[in-house]
Amino acid sequence: MTALARIRQRDWRSLTRQQLFWPLLILVALLLFNLPFTPNFFSVGVRNGHLYGSLVSILYFGTVPILVALGMTLVIATGGIDLSVGAVMAISGAIACRLISHAADQNSVSLVLEAMGLALLASLAAGLFNGLMVARAGVQPIVATLILMVAGRGIAQLITSGFILTELSKPYGVLGGYAATVPTGVFIVVGFVAVAAVLTRRTALGLLVESVGGNAEASRLAGVRAQRIKVMVYLFCALCAGVAGLWNSSSLGGADANNAGLWIELDAILAVVIGGTPLTGGRFSISGTVVGALILQTLKTTIFTIGIPAQANMVFEAVVVIIICLLQSTDFRRRVARLLRPGAARGRPVGPAGPAAPDQRPAQAAVSPESVEIPS
Amino acid sequence: MAEDFPVLRMTGISKQFPAVRALSGVDFRLYPGEVHALLGENGAGKSTLIKVLTGVYELDEGTVELDGAPVRITSPHHAQQLGISTVYQEVNLCPNLTVAENIFLGRERTSGPVVRWRRTRREAATLVAAFGLEIDVSAQLGSYPLAIQQLVAIVRAVDLNRADGAAGTKVLILDEPTSSLDQDEVEVLFGVIRRLKSAGVAVLFVSHFLDQIYRICDRMTVLRNGRMVGEHMVADLDRVGLVRLMLGRELQQLEELREHDRTATGETVLHAAGLGRRGSIAPFDLDISAGEVVGLAGLLGSGRTELARLVFGADQADSGELTVGGKPVSRRAGPQATISRGIAFCPENRRAEGLIPDLTVRENIILAMQAARGWARPIPRETADRLVARYIAALDIRPADPEATAGSLSGGNQQKVLLARWILTSPKLLVLDEPTRGIDVGAKAEIQKLVVSLAGDGVSVLYISAELDEVLRLSDSIGVLRDRTLVARLTNGPDLTADQIMQTIARGAQS
Repeated sequence: MTALARIRQRDWRSLTRQQLFWPLLILVALLLFNLPFTPNFFSVGVRNGHLYGSLVSILYFGTVPILVALGMTLVIATGGIDLSVGAVMAISGAIACRLISHAADQNSVSLVLEAMGLALLASLAAGLFNGLMVARAGVQPIVATLILMVAGRGIAQLITSGFILTELSKPYGVLGGYAATVPTGVFIVVGFVAVAAVLTRRTALGLLVESVGGNAEASRLAGVRAQRIKVMVYLFCALCAGVAGLWNSSSLGGADANNAGLWIELDAILAVVIGGTPLTGGRFSISGTVVGALILQTLKTTIFTIGIPAQANMVFEAVVVIIICLLQSTDFRRRVARLLRPGAARGRPVGPAGPAAPDQRPAQAAVSPESVEIPS
Repeated sequence: MAEDFPVLRMTGISKQFPAVRALSGVDFRLYPGEVHALLGENGAGKSTLIKVLTGVYELDEGTVELDGAPVRITSPHHAQQLGISTVYQEVNLCPNLTVAENIFLGRERTSGPVVRWRRTRREAATLVAAFGLEIDVSAQLGSYPLAIQQLVAIVRAVDLNRADGAAGTKVLILDEPTSSLDQDEVEVLFGVIRRLKSAGVAVLFVSHFLDQIYRICDRMTVLRNGRMVGEHMVADLDRVGLVRLMLGRELQQLEELREHDRTATGETVLHAAGLGRRGSIAPFDLDISAGEVVGLAGLLGSGRTELARLVFGADQADSGELTVGGKPVSRRAGPQATISRGIAFCPENRRAEGLIPDLTVRENIILAMQAARGWARPIPRETADRLVARYIAALDIRPADPEATAGSLSGGNQQKVLLARWILTSPKLLVLDEPTRGIDVGAKAEIQKLVVSLAGDGVSVLYISAELDEVLRLSDSIGVLRDRTLVARLTNGPDLTADQIMQTIARGAQS
């Protein structure tokens, strides 16, 4: 093998080790996959005074999964999980729509702002409940948030009195519509992602979150206020879900307590995992989560545009998700690579066989004295 | 009884792990009808020997003979069939099932598919009574105290043999059975042990409570650093001799580091009065002045770690008062309060309680400082890089890469990362629990030097080590612990010898 080829191989390897490499590759592949089925998949036009096209629709409908997955990322990074995000979405949408639909003048901007503010306050209250249950009461996150996952939808139904509330407010419609030809959701998502990135990477919050998720007891003994950090991430997660709930109801022009945000917690968890944040907590990647959520949304759009029969939707999505998860697994990729190259299966070095083998042994020997432990 | 033929004879047992030679050429004999103590400090090889005997580990060299016939024990189940039963410190039973169900778990008394509950209960009651216990076998196991649960585990282990093999129990291994029992419970357990003994069972008793060993055991084998260093009748070896055997004395005296003239004259940094925690450490008084190194000596399980954890606030005390720098610390305050007063703590179990293995060396080093500042005031990246680089160089952390994953470092370097973490916070009192355990000799010496130089700068140190020489070399005064009580505070000086400390450990307070 030439020196050039060797350098290229090393570059390739360091590239594939980048956390974002595989998620991005999958996203691009998924987008390209659409081309044969929908030749104008990548074209973006203007219709009714706003941007129009498959890519735009991915971004448009990506608002909810990205927002929810963003909050979920931080919760998962602390070693927790939040199953109540869908219910919080329903509560938030229900409160806003009820306040707006019962008002005399639905188009009053101050009314809309007040409604949104109250809805987000309620979401934060839900997040506080989750956070206190997990951090203070020591309830397992999956159980603690299961309470609101079930009860929250009931609360949302109480707020809507069991009806599907519709509203016709123009200012409220902007939220789930378009601003300056671009989906408003894009601005919201960019804003939230930026705030989350700054909060976690410009302050010490990210370090403390990762430290709590990496080893909670060691963090406590290092003086990290683990409880406070946990409450904060549940608050943030609920706020994201609350905003997603507002966007959802604004986009639909009403609140449906039964179906708003249904199963979104599963999509969000999946997006986080695809983005490279382990469910065990510790290291997290916000950009990975965004890409993960975009992959899921692209998949849904793809299913729609290539015309998979409605009854096969779920199965098709599941199959693709399984493939994505397998592609993400280093172990699986290695096995596939071994199958594809029968020579490599027997462990034969790819480079010149002679010098390669003796090279490796001293390298290993050099490591071992470092790790020798002498029992006292 | 010692004249009998040994029921178990292990000869030249060696076991090598990737990094450590856990056992080298250990001989071990066990006679029927004796209670035999297996002794040694942490890392001496006790648990490895037991695991070889119970088939958990395969031995590298050596032979095992059972009743004179060589055997190869291949699995715990095989050991069980051969008549070797083990009861571990943590009871491996189901607390939600009844006593009778637990005893017969996996071999229920059935006719066809139907469990015959009445027969199960009757047989269980007979068994339990045979051990001299008065307990209701149809009550849930979890409703009984730990001692009874442990006894039920013994009943089950012994009966398991009688049912499976014709031979019955020949060897019963009790691995630290008394560590969570109170005095009365220990008596009940001892009653059962005596009963088994008179039935000819060889009992292997692992414990670090010397009093108990002298009361119940006939003979003992002492291990140190993977070697058998002595086999004695309990009556022939006094406690001082035993402690000396267990701790060992390094022949070459590392004398240079002793600096007793460095008398600490500073004000009191820490004052504990009657600080204690039930089941963990008896109330103790402790004063530490600025620049003083206080060593804690005592055997494993004597309460060294527990004392340190109370001082730091890692555990909540349930009695007494703690004053740091002249100000009282609430018992419920926790680590943040003590850290803000200038106490730092490197725990004994650094992987589980110290390090965040997934984070980088840099992040691990700045963690305590950052936590003290709060999340909203991040340490500027340049400052962090500069500080981290300085401590990586000062403590010679290898690899000298701040972005290396902390979990990938060797034990000694992990310890240095933790030390750097705390030194960064400029503590007034540094609590070090076994800072040199399991690390290589070079790093050990470096850490000891670091302690001396910190003390020279006026930092107080509470230094815990199982190695007496180390404690003796570094400390200005030495607290001696025994059976979870601080029994003495000895002033270090040219007159104080390891022998005196050993005697104090063995006999209790006398100074």
